Amino acid sequence: MNTLLNVRDLEVEFRTYAGVVRAVRQVSFDLNAGEVLAIVGESGCGKSVTAQSIMRLIPSPPGKITGGSILFNGEEILAKTETQMQKIRGNDISVIFQDSMTSLNPVLNVRTQITEILRLHKKMNQSQADARAIELLSMVGIPEPQTRLKSYPHELSGGMRQRVLIAMSLACDPKLLIADEPTTALDVTIQAQIIEVLKNIRQELNTAIILITHDLGVVAGLADRVMVMYAGNLVEQGTVDEVLCDPLHPYTWGLLRSLPRLNMGPEDKLKPIWGQPPDLLLELDRCPFLPRCEHAMAICAQDRPPAFNGKASHTVNCWLQHPMAPPTSRPQEVG
Amino acid sequence: MAISPELFKPLDKNRVQADEARPSITYWQDAWRRLKKNPLAITSLIFIALLTLTAIVGPFLSPYSYSDQDFDNIHLRPCREHPFGTDNLGRDILVRTMYGARISLAVGFVAAITTCVIGVLFGGISGLAGGKIDNLMMRFVDIMYSIPFLLWVIMLIVILDPEGSKGVNLSSIFIALGIVYWLPMARIVRAQILSLKEQEFILAATTIGAKKRKILLQHLIPNVMGSIIVTATISIPEAIFTESFLSFIGLGVSAPMASWGMLASDALTTLRSYPHVLVFPAVAICITLLAFNFIGDGLRDALDPKMRK
Amino acid sequence: MLEFVVRRLLSAILAIWVVITVTFFFMHAIPGGPFQRDKVLPPAIKENIEKRYKLDDPLLVQYKDYMLNLLKGDLGPSFKYRGQTVNGIIAARFPVSLQLGLVAFAFALLVGVSVGIVAALNQGKILDYLVMSFSTLGVAIPSFILGTLLMLVLSYKLGLLPPATWGTPLHIIMPAISLGALPTAYIARLTRSSMLDVLSQDYMKTAKAKGLPRRRIVWVHAIKNAIIPVLTYSGPLLAGIITGTFVVENIFAVPGLGKHFVTSIYNRDYTVILGTTVFYSMILIGLNMLVDIAYSQFDPRIKLSARKE
Repeated sequence: MNTLLNVRDLEVEFRTYAGVVRAVRQVSFDLNAGEVLAIVGESGCGKSVTAQSIMRLIPSPPGKITGGSILFNGEEILAKTETQMQKIRGNDISVIFQDSMTSLNPVLNVRTQITEILRLHKKMNQSQADARAIELLSMVGIPEPQTRLKSYPHELSGGMRQRVLIAMSLACDPKLLIADEPTTALDVTIQAQIIEVLKNIRQELNTAIILITHDLGVVAGLADRVMVMYAGNLVEQGTVDEVLCDPLHPYTWGLLRSLPRLNMGPEDKLKPIWGQPPDLLLELDRCPFLPRCEHAMAICAQDRPPAFNGKASHTVNCWLQHPMAPPTSRPQEVG
Repeated sequence: MAISPELFKPLDKNRVQADEARPSITYWQDAWRRLKKNPLAITSLIFIALLTLTAIVGPFLSPYSYSDQDFDNIHLRPCREHPFGTDNLGRDILVRTMYGARISLAVGFVAAITTCVIGVLFGGISGLAGGKIDNLMMRFVDIMYSIPFLLWVIMLIVILDPEGSKGVNLSSIFIALGIVYWLPMARIVRAQILSLKEQEFILAATTIGAKKRKILLQHLIPNVMGSIIVTATISIPEAIFTESFLSFIGLGVSAPMASWGMLASDALTTLRSYPHVLVFPAVAICITLLAFNFIGDGLRDALDPKMRK
Repeated sequence: MLEFVVRRLLSAILAIWVVITVTFFFMHAIPGGPFQRDKVLPPAIKENIEKRYKLDDPLLVQYKDYMLNLLKGDLGPSFKYRGQTVNGIIAARFPVSLQLGLVAFAFALLVGVSVGIVAALNQGKILDYLVMSFSTLGVAIPSFILGTLLMLVLSYKLGLLPPATWGTPLHIIMPAISLGALPTAYIARLTRSSMLDVLSQDYMKTAKAKGLPRRRIVWVHAIKNAIIPVLTYSGPLLAGIITGTFVVENIFAVPGLGKHFVTSIYNRDYTVILGTTVFYSMILIGLNMLVDIAYSQFDPRIKLSARKE
């Protein structure tokens, strides 16, 4: 398999009034062509920042990519000029943002917003672009695409807008699609439809997708591989089966335990992860999850855990995987 | 670092400190803290305080009064006896500028107070009543709005003081400004109340049986206080501006009295030969307007963090 | 769309009617009536006016007559100037004011918007601070001070421009700048903050993520959104410019309607005050309506549904 994206030791900082926020800390991962990688974690864990760094969309100032490397198709993204980036954005890599209400320009109609990409990157004329736009809209399941083309965003429902955003992102057959919480702002039935659209894209177009979400159900249904982030750190990554069925990091255990399950009895309670994630202003020389971890050891307070290899492609940043650590197993499910 | 088995002993949870939460502070403390960080606003506040003091006390300390004429000393340039010089009738410009400050500040503060009283009551009633009453009251405001303030004010002054040549009473100016300036306040208060009415804490207060008036006083007013203060502050420089404008076109206070607009207007007639007569009242108006604008901006930033840009 | 226009038209007509009615009754509320108090009124005029306004008739009949005349476009005779009608005065003088006002309006809109955009695109840089400082000053300097200062420097000291009166394009420059400075400053601030607001919106990130060049992001995606609040300010801007002509035309001795309006206030020329107020109000309400309709064209979100405040 050929590697489409190779991220090594990515570091992203934001300069704020309160100090420097280190939002992403030494994150490394690979993505193969046609693969779906899910990034999960709670709000503020750095998953969106990681994804946006790949397109160099971090607002600067205050944000800045301070270290690491991002190789896309073997080329260093971080070394490109802004003009070179413009040729990549929307063309080779595109993104679907979370809130379709605010992500579409309210004063431009759907036609303008889709066709401008095609005219820019594919040098189409307006009628070619219109034809392609109609094709895209029907592909993402929008009925009567010709009429919808003239609509303004406020005339469309939330699900329709999200479909338009997806159509826009697919306009130039990108090699990599970043879906930044594409279903969060939608209600459940629409969520399912959008997931279905993404599944189709993956099957028909063989586009690699980075799916950012905190919905583990979506991950199980769509992704090949998962990475779990916590407080700017990568804590665990592996295939969906490895991470969801046999998680190794206490934080991932917590995440899974906080989910409702179909086999739960009426007396069973969901277990939240108590406490707050650490302040990202802090320079952490310890495991970031330490204050909330039930299995914390002395070493966790002294050094950041390195990546330990589990089975096959599974890696986890936790001292519990050290050969000297006491054997600890995932707590039993309730019930 | 050497890794020893010791390091893999479970950690005493009590020794791990949870990250400390920031101390919580109230809205007003927070606003004051933000305002203090705004040097322009604070400097302006001090300037206005000093100006107010000068306007009240200054004229008593001066050997001249605003109407004393000294025909031996007309159009003096600034000197020891007359630090700001004298005008075409030999009147001391310093003391006249201080009197001007009295009038301008009085106009500004009175406008702010009437704006608050009428605007808050009108907007409050309209917002709380809702429905038809609200609709009717707001149509009225809309219509008032569609005519420029200045035309209303001029018309009111013409009516209140029909005998043009003798000048205008200060009270007419107060009334005219008061009648007109509450409009934005009424709109803002109403809009705020309408959005607050939808919020859950008001519903909560209603469900435990609180009376409407009580809800208004206890919950709504403190919540809209921020916008009321900001709007009132912004209306001060507008009123001062309008008064000086009216004085300039001859609709201000009667002749021997002095207001800044009138001083500027007097200076215009002798501008070519004696430009210094213009300088002091002009500078006074500009700095005062600037100061009030800075205070208004500062308060808005401090009281309404959403509006920060 | 049509419904919106019709509703807007009806409310404009209602507003104009209210203005006329209120103005009429205000004028007649003056003790002794507006047309009887002046002692030096020539008998011929007095008779003429009394005949025209049928001052012996009950007030409501007079009102009906005035409204009927108004529908025919007749504002009545001047109260002070023998043989002149209000219509005649407006026809002779308004074109001058219009010319001056249009120049000032175009100046304010062009300079204000472009300067505001430049400031926003250079946020936090020297250019931004420069624009902000100038516009803060611009908001605080009243037009009559600026006009007087311009005259002092450009005409008296440097001799570059004619100090007063009307006729050549050179005569327009100083009055137009004095008139346009404050709205320019205000529009610059408004455009800047609106532009900054738009630039921080999610759809700007979308536009960037599409790989659009900065040129297109700014010109197509940002400015179209940022201009909307500026458009809504056109109404108050026009009002400001019209009332601004009252003082600017006086300073520069421009023979426009504004100057005459002030003169008629001095003289308490009631029919002219009444007629001019009605005339100005009609213009402003009409223009406001046009601005609203233009605005609805610009912002697709309100195109179809009638806009509520």
